[in-house]
Amino acid sequence: MNTSRRDFIKSSAGVALVIGATGGITQLFSCQNAVTAAAQVKKIPLTAWVFLAANGAITIYNPAAEMGQGSMTALPVIFAEEMDADWNKVQVEFSPQDSENYGSPGWGNRKIQMTVGSRTVSTYYNMLRQVGAQARYVLLYSAAEHWQVPIAELTTKPSLVIHEKSGQKISYGDLVPLLKVPESIVEIPDNQLKDPADFRLIGKDIPRIDIAEKVDGSAKFAMDIQLPNTLYGMIERGRIHGAKPTLTNEMAIRALDGFVELVVLDYGIGVIANTITKAMAIKKELKITWSKEKATGFNSQAAYANYAKVAVGKGESKVVTNKGDFKKAYKKAAKTYTVDFKNDYVYHAQMEPLNGLAKVSEDGKNIEIWIGHQQSPSLQTAVSKATAIDLANIKVNLCYLGGGLGRRSMTDYLVETALLAKAVPGKPVKMMWTREDDLQYGMYRPLSLQRLQASTDAKGNLTGFAHTIIGDGDRLLASGINNDHYNIPNQLGELKIVPAGIRLKHWRGVGHGPNKFAIECMIDEIAIDQGKDPVAFRRQLMQDSPRALATLEKAATMAKWGEALPEKRAKGVAFLERSGTLSTGICEISLDETTGKIKVHHFWTANDCGVVVQPDNASAQLEGGIIMGMSSVFKEQLTIKDGQAEQSNFHDYQLLRMEDVPDSIENVFIASSEAPKGVGESGTPLVAGAVANAFAALTGKRLRHLPFTPERVLAVLNA
Amino acid sequence: MAIYTIHINEETKSVTADEATPLLWVIREQLGLMGTKYGCGIGQCGACTIHVNGIPVKSCTLPIDAVGDGQKITTIEGLSEDNSHPLQKAWITAQVPQCGYCQSGQIMQAATLLENNPTPSKSEIKQHMNGNLCRCGTYLRIIKAIEIASGKKELTTL
Repeated sequence: MNTSRRDFIKSSAGVALVIGATGGITQLFSCQNAVTAAAQVKKIPLTAWVFLAANGAITIYNPAAEMGQGSMTALPVIFAEEMDADWNKVQVEFSPQDSENYGSPGWGNRKIQMTVGSRTVSTYYNMLRQVGAQARYVLLYSAAEHWQVPIAELTTKPSLVIHEKSGQKISYGDLVPLLKVPESIVEIPDNQLKDPADFRLIGKDIPRIDIAEKVDGSAKFAMDIQLPNTLYGMIERGRIHGAKPTLTNEMAIRALDGFVELVVLDYGIGVIANTITKAMAIKKELKITWSKEKATGFNSQAAYANYAKVAVGKGESKVVTNKGDFKKAYKKAAKTYTVDFKNDYVYHAQMEPLNGLAKVSEDGKNIEIWIGHQQSPSLQTAVSKATAIDLANIKVNLCYLGGGLGRRSMTDYLVETALLAKAVPGKPVKMMWTREDDLQYGMYRPLSLQRLQASTDAKGNLTGFAHTIIGDGDRLLASGINNDHYNIPNQLGELKIVPAGIRLKHWRGVGHGPNKFAIECMIDEIAIDQGKDPVAFRRQLMQDSPRALATLEKAATMAKWGEALPEKRAKGVAFLERSGTLSTGICEISLDETTGKIKVHHFWTANDCGVVVQPDNASAQLEGGIIMGMSSVFKEQLTIKDGQAEQSNFHDYQLLRMEDVPDSIENVFIASSEAPKGVGESGTPLVAGAVANAFAALTGKRLRHLPFTPERVLAVLNA
Repeated sequence: MAIYTIHINEETKSVTADEATPLLWVIREQLGLMGTKYGCGIGQCGACTIHVNGIPVKSCTLPIDAVGDGQKITTIEGLSEDNSHPLQKAWITAQVPQCGYCQSGQIMQAATLLENNPTPSKSEIKQHMNGNLCRCGTYLRIIKAIEIASGKKELTTL
């Protein structure tokens, strides 16, 4: 513990509780006034988690992006719980984008601010409890000094320090002028953190901080930030991903009404104009010839035939998981199964198209950016690399995200914003993608073919399970290939990569969507073939995984599995693990045999995700995730012809609409005192398997190609 | 370019724009009313829904030239001064928004339903709201909020 100076950063309004959190060692730094405080902050890595005003108002800084998942509330709730703050006095602001100080420790050796993989609550939970408890300790210490009583005799109630012996109490706000800093703040041991039984915020339904401003239109997304004299930037990108442009009518473009500047990029031509409609109009006038690239000539729907050859070919494969000896089990099997599953490309379709606002100073040395981003330690370095502006002179302001879904974890649109602004120093540039840009130059969830093979013994027990994924996208394909909660002694999972030149990216749930579809359908198919009930078959497989089994039993109870159903209805089940959360989902469907349209009536899920910080919000994530899953399962299909996306906007890339929602989605969380796990992506990948298995129960036929469009359903039904 | 006088949220504003300029961009970039959102530009998502004379309109495909003198425009900022519209209250009670980007449009679309049909059935709600996309999948909570606002569901605090 190395504490050289002790005090708070004080201003006339209150006190910033500044805790340096490098390497888990907490430090406080002294200063006489705000100016010296600011100097100290610059010199030494510090983390300000909370600002306490003399009127008792408490500002807690949220280090994570808010893209609808509720971090703006869940993380401050964790801090406020241990600080014992009165939630009615809490307001929340985004912290600076500074991974070294505000990053979560859940990323191996590095601290990173990055909102991906449903990891926000799980990676910040322990850290925010600790710094929240340290904030409370400072308040206790100051009260003890003020009253000259032993600190051990003090307790707190929301925003109140109490000395019961003498009957004295003082509010956190009234403590501000009396604050003193302890010699050192040590790590608060776990047993001095709150007993979860005493939580008054964690596990309770606290209304979300961001809801009110999202209901009156005042919430600020990057696209909503306004600066005086803003110019508008748009970029024409190739229809073939990565194609390099040659502009052939530059003179004519420069002469157009509203034109301000041209910016040539490796993969597109940027235009800056004085109004947004002029920028759109000029973009349309660009005459560009494009280079041929890897994707030229690629046809997505024809790729499956090639992938099927690759599946049995001798080409290189990457083994992702290998347990026991699958090949031996397969050879010795009483019965074997081989089934192929397919999934087309899907597009993120976050409602706010990509955009950003930036202003470069007149001298070109500084840049300030407003952006909705899933964050990354490389935000500033990417801008610096592209613009040659010093890292220290790059300021990134995080705005609300109109959806992230994985797409906003890339820096492409951030760098574009910076490059356009750099072309017109002194003037702010609002850079926008049209919906067509966003869709056609998107980064999709990869198309893949999945070959599943399984072996059973004479009793019908699963002895081996192999999963080969053929496609492009490497680790994007692999997530969810493991079956750690099914007791299958011999398992093999492998990738065979066939590059296609199409831009790919994490899409909510990543590989879990296609992989859990294939796995859960395969398990179901084997169960039925062996004359076993799909829930009973899974129950047997989960005997060594009590947490998983508990979700299965709970979901089966919720859905009244096995009880009689209305005529022409059927139920299907699926299980998964995602970001540490275990979930079983069951759906009830019916089918219009004339149109091929499947209707989902009910969806039940049971989930074990450890401590649930915000239960209603966690349930909302599952509801939304299931709706998004249904959208991708029934509607969404992005196809590539001669290297080009065939769809362009929501008229031909359809999302699920309100007419197709289920009558109900019910989610239950299994009580747990384990640290929180991620819940934001668990719902989405449950849908395909549950629906396909229900369809099989209803019709005896198997849906094996996502999405289940009415045409495909009819084709399977009539085959 | 022409000068237009438009009546928006009970105020009269003068704006200069090309006649084909979608009203969306006038509302956002010229008048600074940022609650109305751009989502698709072709009238498919409803994020830009506003009221023109009390009728829900997708402002991304409505040229400024079509809303001349006398037409009354309302955006989310004009729905209430303080989030006090029954739908806004119900939206908060049901904790509807996630990312929030589509919600101004959803609320503006829903408001015209309740004007004409104070107690809509579930299928009437779905039919009326079907043109508004929500990628976060908040549809069930939107239905719940409309039912709360229409008195069909108890207004309970979360």
